Amino acid sequence: MAPPSPRRPGFSRRAQYGIFASYVIAVAGAAFALLLVLTARFDPEGHAVLQGLAADVTSPISAVGRSIVDGTRGAGKSVGAYVNAASKNEAMTHELAAARRKLVQADVLAVENRRLKQLLGIQSVDTKPVAIASLVNSTGSSSRRYATLSAGAGDGVANGLPVIGPEGLVGRVVATGRLSARVLLIVDGGNVTPVKRSSDGAPALAIGSGDGRLILRPLSSGTPAFKPGDIFVTSGSGGIYRPGIPVARAINHGREGTLARAMADPSRLDYAMVEPVYQAPAPPAPNQYDEAKKK
Amino acid sequence: MPRGYEPRLNRVSSRWALIGVPAASVMLGSMTVLLPAIAVYPLLPPFGLLMLLAWRMLVRDLWPVWAALPLGLFDDIFSGQPIGSAMLLWTLVFLVLDLFDRWMMWRDYRQDWLLAALLTSFVLLAGLGIANSAGGETAISVIIPQMLASALCFPLIVRICAWLDRVRWNL
Repeated sequence: MAPPSPRRPGFSRRAQYGIFASYVIAVAGAAFALLLVLTARFDPEGHAVLQGLAADVTSPISAVGRSIVDGTRGAGKSVGAYVNAASKNEAMTHELAAARRKLVQADVLAVENRRLKQLLGIQSVDTKPVAIASLVNSTGSSSRRYATLSAGAGDGVANGLPVIGPEGLVGRVVATGRLSARVLLIVDGGNVTPVKRSSDGAPALAIGSGDGRLILRPLSSGTPAFKPGDIFVTSGSGGIYRPGIPVARAINHGREGTLARAMADPSRLDYAMVEPVYQAPAPPAPNQYDEAKKK
Repeated sequence: MPRGYEPRLNRVSSRWALIGVPAASVMLGSMTVLLPAIAVYPLLPPFGLLMLLAWRMLVRDLWPVWAALPLGLFDDIFSGQPIGSAMLLWTLVFLVLDLFDRWMMWRDYRQDWLLAALLTSFVLLAGLGIANSAGGETAISVIIPQMLASALCFPLIVRICAWLDRVRWNL
């Protein structure tokens, strides 16, 4: 026999009304939920406040989890170091040689950089980080790429501030709670970062693709094609990110542009730095004497 | 360990456990995103939704239709989707399942699995649409592995639910 349907509870009026009421509540609730979703589209600031509250609820739980994982990971690592030790050793020797070559290049660049800066009269201003905190979790089941940072408005974090890891740009803060904040990673599909190629300064946009990679689109059509291995750093145009933060390394050509991998792999990230918003230095004031002479 | 005599007839189960165990298991499923790892790729199946579907299919009259609202809100707090997304989609899923119960006289396990896979894919797709409308720009191809992973996880989740179902009557 087919099981009796719970939707037809017999002749009891009370039970029938109860079921009817539950449908009314469900449909009304769904309509309310739709309104909430629409606020995310039309009132992002208001919605960010809600999400900041949510981040506050969740961050203490995952902070505990993170510390446990950090503890056990150390033990796992020291055991794992013995597995395939010989081949690892060989690979690391190769890497070390490559790194040494890079280091020499970097020294040359540093000298060149200093010289160029002297030439242009730029003074490099040390930016003081607003806060240093750990990234505790991320939204693994959603298509958006948010990570939760364990520092919030109480530590001076505010919406829009750039977040930088030891290896490069991580993202920017989009929702702030009192204890924690949500960081939109640069690999998120809705995040666009103005970058330039480190070798020649060719400007491009690094657009997240949502699958852990970035798509690089050159800003001008005459730019020579990006090659695998090219390093891209923030250009500083448009503000927010100060220039020169490593962003991505090109890996290959895709259908829509050059694919790149983020320099700062968030899955390996422990600590991140929240920096103040970069504002491009104002252009020098026009010389009034010259202006007057022209007239 | 020898067990003492336990009356099997007229056994009174705790009301709180009967409702609380399924609700807690769905909430725990929603909280799997708190696992301390930073994902750069959406691959984690929506365990909260899978739990909810498994319970709904195992015990048909467990939840009233509106139960998806508070559970969805709880999921939204953790998932990073715009708040209201799971509330809306999970309630829609419940309404669709109610329709299905009307159409289908008989249900079997494979049918449930197929239905769960289709509904999870629908929720993931619609969730992607909602996330994209709120500022994201992710291609559909990115979440296809997640859909497959969710479909493959469902039998395991049903097993866990069946076990919890036994446990909750004995609490």
